[in-house]
Amino acid sequence: MVEWTDQERSILNAIFSSLDYEDVGPKALSRCLIVYPWTQRYFAGFGNLYNPEAIKPNPNIANHGIKVLHGLDRAELSVLHSEKLHVDPDNFKLLSDCLTIVIATKMGNAFTGVIQAASRSSCSVLPRTFHGARTSVEKRLRSFEIMAH
Amino acid sequence: MTNCDCLTAKDKQVVTTFWSKIASKADDIGADSLSRLVTVYPQTKTYFSHWKDTSATSPQVRKHGITVMGGVREAMGKINDLTGGLLTLSELHAFTLRVDPANFKLFTQCMLLVVAIMFPVDFTPEVHMALDKFMAALARALSEKYR
Repeated sequence: MVEWTDQERSILNAIFSSLDYEDVGPKALSRCLIVYPWTQRYFAGFGNLYNPEAIKPNPNIANHGIKVLHGLDRAELSVLHSEKLHVDPDNFKLLSDCLTIVIATKMGNAFTGVIQAASRSSCSVLPRTFHGARTSVEKRLRSFEIMAH
Repeated sequence: MTNCDCLTAKDKQVVTTFWSKIASKADDIGADSLSRLVTVYPQTKTYFSHWKDTSATSPQVRKHGITVMGGVREAMGKINDLTGGLLTLSELHAFTLRVDPANFKLFTQCMLLVVAIMFPVDFTPEVHMALDKFMAALARALSEKYR
């Protein structure tokens, strides 16, 4: 289970409360599909993903990118991604890396090493959220943990 | 000894073009990258335990980041034969420094982030992919002599 310090919670709260999900979500997911093309295997029904020029404006990918960011606080997505979609948990680390890059690009030098470290602990929860705990109680606890309070 | 052919001609062209844009900032990129490495991945400080100060603001850490980036610069010039071109560096890392190769990936992550911050418009997903591939190939070449 992830334990955040007060400072880390404060940092994550500041980042996510001011995040433009409509912008960051699509950018993060499309970057993931371009940089790590094998992740496209989970998006066969999402239309044309033939090359970066097709991926970037793809509205299905954009919508899903927004959904991913909003979905961080929904524990039932854990079961969906593991048992129905069969997503390899390693793929969430790849998406996390791309999300970090997109957020850092927007924040510029304000995205310091300390903030990067806090974001890393936050993003490490992504795999555990989507392929989460064994019990529904643990799943709820984990989803509450990643909601910045 | 095998040469890694995993970089396509397009990858090499994208990487070398991007490098020409960022080369003048290589020292800053290296210094910031290593500072972030020791902050985000504090276990990496074990390689610098002989320094008095291993914090992110340590002049020695920043200076070493410049040295590491010098290696990246050297690799850029030998992009057509990374394994042969980086033989000496590989032997250094294998027999003297003995850096666990997993740390090459951590440095890459930090470097890509610094580059994204410094060059937000130029660091497109396509450039990101090519540079990530190049750094992976560089890491493989550095690990060549490990065993």
